[in-house]
Amino acid sequence: MHIDLMISEDTQTAKNSSPVRTCVIEMRNIKKTFGKNEVLKNINLVLNEQENLVVLGKSGTGKSVLIKCIVGLVVPDSGELFLFGQDTSTLRKNALEEVRRKIGFLFQSGALYDSMSVRENLEFPLRRQSGEYGREKLNELVTESLQNVGLSEAIDKNPSELSGGMRKRLGLARTLILKPEIMLYDEPTTGLDPITAREISNLILDIQKKYNTSSIIITHDVQCAKLTANRIIVINEGVCAVEGTFDVLASSEDPWIGSFFE
Amino acid sequence: MKVEIEDKNESVVTITVNKENDVKTTVFSLFFIEVYSLSYFTLRFFKEVFTPPYEFKELIKQSFLIGYKSLALISITGFIIGLVLTIQSRPTLAKFGAVSWLPAMVAVSIVREIGPVISALIFAGKVGSGIGAELASMNVTEQIDAMQVSGANPFKYLFVTRVLAATLMLPILVVFADTFGLLGSYVAVNLKDYVSLHLYFSLIFQSLEFKDIVPSMIKTVFFGFAIGLIGAYKGYTSNKGTEGVGKAANSAVVLASLMVFIIDMIAVQITSLLQD
Ligand SMILES: Nc1ncnc2c1ncn2[C@@H]1O[C@H](COP(=O)(O)OP(=O)(O)OP(=O)(O)O)[C@@H](O)[C@H]1O
Ligand SMILES: [Mg+2]
Repeated sequence: MHIDLMISEDTQTAKNSSPVRTCVIEMRNIKKTFGKNEVLKNINLVLNEQENLVVLGKSGTGKSVLIKCIVGLVVPDSGELFLFGQDTSTLRKNALEEVRRKIGFLFQSGALYDSMSVRENLEFPLRRQSGEYGREKLNELVTESLQNVGLSEAIDKNPSELSGGMRKRLGLARTLILKPEIMLYDEPTTGLDPITAREISNLILDIQKKYNTSSIIITHDVQCAKLTANRIIVINEGVCAVEGTFDVLASSEDPWIGSFFE
Repeated sequence: MKVEIEDKNESVVTITVNKENDVKTTVFSLFFIEVYSLSYFTLRFFKEVFTPPYEFKELIKQSFLIGYKSLALISITGFIIGLVLTIQSRPTLAKFGAVSWLPAMVAVSIVREIGPVISALIFAGKVGSGIGAELASMNVTEQIDAMQVSGANPFKYLFVTRVLAATLMLPILVVFADTFGLLGSYVAVNLKDYVSLHLYFSLIFQSLEFKDIVPSMIKTVFFGFAIGLIGAYKGYTSNKGTEGVGKAANSAVVLASLMVFIIDMIAVQITSLLQD
């Protein structure tokens, strides 16, 4: 009886041909306080492989702080963080850096290096990886990543000469050039017109298909959430308040949840 | 009151001072916190400066920016100081009938003291504040964070290169300041008397000794290091806000100038002890 059950389970997964999804990020009871400001109270969150998880929440609820905890820019006061199944508190510094190298981070502000040209911005992360790249390989990677985001003509410009949408795309290209397995997007479409915002959302989808990345996307943009989300969580008062798919949440009766989807 | 100084993801100091109204406690502890974290960054500098990979390209770029861009200002200032000093000293020496000592006296004061200190103060105002403001604005716009997450070591790339560049460039600039100072002095001497350039410089080099030049050059290395370190430290640990940029630049200049005088005072004690 017992054996039967196992066999049938096995065959089922084989039939569906969808791989067993492992979780790449897991946060347990994460807390973070700045002075008296309790930003994250108790965050529990899971990101599965090849999933797009959209995070919603009012401004100032700590969404940026949340993903900064994942890359180590903010150190949580307590709680556990697992990356690719490894407990980060048990990892040595080098091993941790190695793991974090597989995570790409798109900053809310872009964080472009304004003393460097577009090309140098893209080469910067490459040059600092352990493997040395030759001139040709560098050029190839830079051209490829600019083509990915449709910014080829801007290669010799300075970031200050770019428009808001172009800056976002350059930020994206710079993050993608290291071929991360996890992408964390901090408001990728904020401040853009609806058409450019949609382009960026489609870009996020393309990237996910092309490189099989898993992503966390913070956004206020319903269109972007609708296009990209496999699953949505809403952060409120330092905890993950609601979780569900776009359709479920968007058709919710609850006026508070509904207010995010207007 | 809570004081927090972070070295990116590692907190260097987190201290909570309870007595909010006790101004003395606060100022006092703030001072020690500053000293502590500055020492931490100094130690970290020495740790990272010797471990590969080295950022030679950025070091050369920064040296060029820091050195070349201050060259004209420091040379002109040196020239004017030499000129003015000579004109001012002449009447006093004339009273004692010692005008022939003028070149020697001016040369000694320029090389020993005025060249290094004036250059260092200008350097603090121009380069110290520049480094402070640049790193602070990179901090505000999350560029330092972005370097961190892209696997680079921002401390090495930004902090170490700038401090090194400042340390290496100030001595060179001081050589220029001294040279132009002596030229200014030559021009001033020739306003009243005629002395050939050849004679003038042989007079100077007769009076200048090894013990005038070497300690003053060593001193400038420390000036450069202090200015670079304080500028970079203030920028790197600045508050995240636009006001943080101005504050970082401002306090970098104030603290660096103060450090120049403190180092100068220590240096004069050491050299006079050694020469006895
Ligand atoms: N380094 C820091 N020091 C002190 N407080 C901070 C720091 N970073 C964030 N905070 C505080 O944490 C809270 C959450 O900030 P966060 O940037 O995560 O908000 P957010 O949800 O991303 O908002 P938005 O949608 O506007 O980007 C804010 O109140 C902010 O003041
Ligand atoms: Mg944010």
